[in-house]
Amino acid sequence: MEVQQDILANIKRRQMWDFVFALCGLMSLLFALITLLTLIVDLSMTGVARINYDFFTNFPSRFADRAGILSAWVGSFCIMLTTAFCAIPLGVAAGVYLEEYSKKNWVSQLIELNIINLAGIPSITYGLMALGLFVYKLKLGQSILTAGLTLGLLVLPIIIVTTREAIRAIPNTIREASYAMGASKWQTIRYHILPYSSGGILTGVIISLSRAIGETAPLITIGALTFIAFLPTPPIEGHFPFVNFKWLMDPFTVMPIQMFNWLSRPQPEFHVNAAATGVVLLVMTLIMNGGAIYLRSRFRKKMKW
Amino acid sequence: MRRLRERAIETVLFLAAASSVLVTIGIVGILVTESLPFFKTVSIVEFLTDTQWTPLFENPRYGILPLLCGTFLSTIIALLVAIPLGTVAAAFLSEYVRPSFREILKPILELLAAVPTVVYGYFALLFVTPLLQKIIPSLGGFNVLSAGLVIGVMIVPYVSSLSEDAMRSVPGHLREASFAVGASRMQTAFRVVIPAAFSGITSAYILGISRALGETMVVAIAAGMQPNLTMNPTEPAATITAFIVQVSLGDLPHGSIGYQSIYVAGLSLLVLTLGFNIIGLYLRKKFQEKE
Repeated sequence: MEVQQDILANIKRRQMWDFVFALCGLMSLLFALITLLTLIVDLSMTGVARINYDFFTNFPSRFADRAGILSAWVGSFCIMLTTAFCAIPLGVAAGVYLEEYSKKNWVSQLIELNIINLAGIPSITYGLMALGLFVYKLKLGQSILTAGLTLGLLVLPIIIVTTREAIRAIPNTIREASYAMGASKWQTIRYHILPYSSGGILTGVIISLSRAIGETAPLITIGALTFIAFLPTPPIEGHFPFVNFKWLMDPFTVMPIQMFNWLSRPQPEFHVNAAATGVVLLVMTLIMNGGAIYLRSRFRKKMKW
Repeated sequence: MRRLRERAIETVLFLAAASSVLVTIGIVGILVTESLPFFKTVSIVEFLTDTQWTPLFENPRYGILPLLCGTFLSTIIALLVAIPLGTVAAAFLSEYVRPSFREILKPILELLAAVPTVVYGYFALLFVTPLLQKIIPSLGGFNVLSAGLVIGVMIVPYVSSLSEDAMRSVPGHLREASFAVGASRMQTAFRVVIPAAFSGITSAYILGISRALGETMVVAIAAGMQPNLTMNPTEPAATITAFIVQVSLGDLPHGSIGYQSIYVAGLSLLVLTLGFNIIGLYLRKKFQEKE
């Protein structure tokens, strides 16, 4: 009888600990989420009132209430374009090679190990590399092109990894069916593997761009200016050949750097501007990440192989 | 013709994959070559033992210790937040929560990592520091404590996401065996699942450490950018990354000692993070052999 009592007490005690641990887990999740929520609410309460049409169409200014983020958002947009243009083809190609072609040898192992390692390298060292290589050795200047290339290299591992995951999810039967019809390896990839994995690849692209849009440190290192009161050269012109790429060589600023600049001033009026820029940045990254999450779940549901 | 085309395409794709190795070679090569001239002016002994870091002053002193001190201090504070929170959250998500619920919670948690770091800097400087000042009245406007705490929250998803993946990939029959001999959920989590997933959890911690060591904007904004040889988290300090930002903001002639000093700082940071990554790889190998 006594033994049974012991066991019952033991079970009760363990059930209690189980409950306590579940509570701890819930609390730590809640703590993280409440912090995120506090951050969003705090930023919005200070910043939202400052966001209006003028804020987007004015250049930065000495007067806090007249300052805007025109050069910053145009700069961010141009750099995103350059980043996407250099990182997406390179990343997708690398992902396809590693997943479809590479054999198990030391070269492919070195590349894989290297990609894992790249993810752990601090972003500011990419900036230092870009300053030494792009700015001084290749003489590209402290330009939009340099910034785009830097961020492109920075997000390359993200695109490679997500591309590989997307391709790995496609079952071998698809490949075999394509080969059975006489298609070559590249034809199989071009007409079957890539289209079917496009959802997953797109998810990676969106996540990498949302990462690039918030990146500050490497761009400060390569020498982004914090005060720019002009726009890059327009890419379209009235005479032949109608497009020019001069804008790639123009100096730039971006939204995170504008925010950092306002934040490091002592006057609280500029902190309001910083908060407003923060809201814009936060809304953009949250929308992009939300989109990526939606895409991922949608494609996962739709593709039941 | 067709075989030739296939070969050409394979070569192009291979070059794309190999370019990621070029990135690493570029980073290491540039950091080493640009910082070598620095050691012609400053001896390694001075660099490693001097207790002051003032490379841009009239009487420059080149001791990396204050920067290392600030970097480690902010990293330790961040890990004290991120490792317990991240591990417990991962165990909870993997062992207690229903899969459908987990699919909602995990992406929301990952949003924490998506917030731009400069926004976290704002949060640390203008929300967390004033909040902490209510508890510790002597706390200055710039301090390592709030920067470290905020970095900690920021890297929770890095720790929890990878740990949770590792825990979930532990085979179900191990759990069933544990339940069958009468273990509770918590006992199963701590004595079966976490030890079995330990190699994965270690790499999650290592990634967290790398992120905290390399985090730049939060410390540049909230910690004060003053190289300070102290282990007191309520004082301002500078980390390696904050120093690089501070110097880069000024106009820096190519080849000057200031220019070289940011490369030396960057190289030290790279050595630190690579060191941790290698320890991580070693640990993972060791634990995988045991299984």
